[in-house]
Amino acid sequence: MTFINYAAREINCKIVYYGPGLGGKTTNIQYVYDRTGSATKGKLISLATESDRTLFFDFLPIEFGAIRGFRTRFHLYTVPGQVFYDASRKLILKGMDGVVFVADSQEVRMDANLESIRNLEENLKEHGYDLKRVPYVLQLNKRDLPTAVPVPEMIAALRVKNEPVFEAIATRGVGVFDTLKSIVKGVLLDLRSR
Amino acid sequence: MAASDLVLLEKDHARLTVVLERLRLDANAKLVFLLDKNGQQIALAGDLGAVDPTSLASLTAGNVAATDGLAKLVGEKEFSILFHEGEHDHLHINTVAARAILLVMFDLRSSLGLVRLRVKKATAELVTIIEEIVARSEAGGASESRALTPFAEITDEDIDALFG
Repeated sequence: MTFINYAAREINCKIVYYGPGLGGKTTNIQYVYDRTGSATKGKLISLATESDRTLFFDFLPIEFGAIRGFRTRFHLYTVPGQVFYDASRKLILKGMDGVVFVADSQEVRMDANLESIRNLEENLKEHGYDLKRVPYVLQLNKRDLPTAVPVPEMIAALRVKNEPVFEAIATRGVGVFDTLKSIVKGVLLDLRSR
Repeated sequence: MAASDLVLLEKDHARLTVVLERLRLDANAKLVFLLDKNGQQIALAGDLGAVDPTSLASLTAGNVAATDGLAKLVGEKEFSILFHEGEHDHLHINTVAARAILLVMFDLRSSLGLVRLRVKKATAELVTIIEEIVARSEAGGASESRALTPFAEITDEDIDALFG
């Protein structure tokens, strides 16, 4: 649900990073935070447990340039990936404008990826969204690990439509901004088409 | 059905600000802040001091969302008021017209009773305005907001230019 504020001449969109636990959602946002100038980013909020597992959400407001005189502000959220935090995931999806799915490339996590995509589809449906119609990007994270499943195999298993796919190593920033730019573009194009 | 986009025009902002400003004075509050349930700031009155408004909006919306979840869990429609008591500052939070949240920050110069009383009156006025904004946003199409939308004609070049 985009919020267009004519008083402040800005547009606010919400992007949610979704995916299985320990897949690198928070690492993506942390990297964006670390590499963005202070003039264009807000505070990074992380509601995490003592062992750095996301408890409720991470939140980072970030500003891109202006389009037609309107500042474009994107609110990046992550969901807690662990299966038993489903109630929190549902809350965070509410009002989203686009989703990034951060998949864990390790072979042992393929089932978790599949389960998380199914969960995303169901939770979106509860809010009245159809995954096939919302702006959506697939990121294959942890490509540097020796047990990484080959890319074509991952795409065959995880791609739900014609969404853009990016290989990433979020700890080193590889693919992080490409993913972000892609979803931002998807959200803006979606706005145009409404 | 997913909620429609919310379009806030300058005249809406001005009307809302008048109500918030009056509430701040009547309740002797430090800050009165109106946001939508997704954590987007709508309008405010008072002094933010060192508080980051974006973080305040996001955490407040998260707080309300979690409380809504709790209410449903125990079979309630909603818990419409939240109160956080601090050593110096206190937060009174309530929902407005199902789409917005009103946050009032106050200290010992005011009291919970006074804030609750004034919030009740202001909420009724805010509900009217918010419902008008929501109805207009949902009508979309021929409305003036639609005519003003800056995104109907953006080009791929406009978007690429964002990333330098």
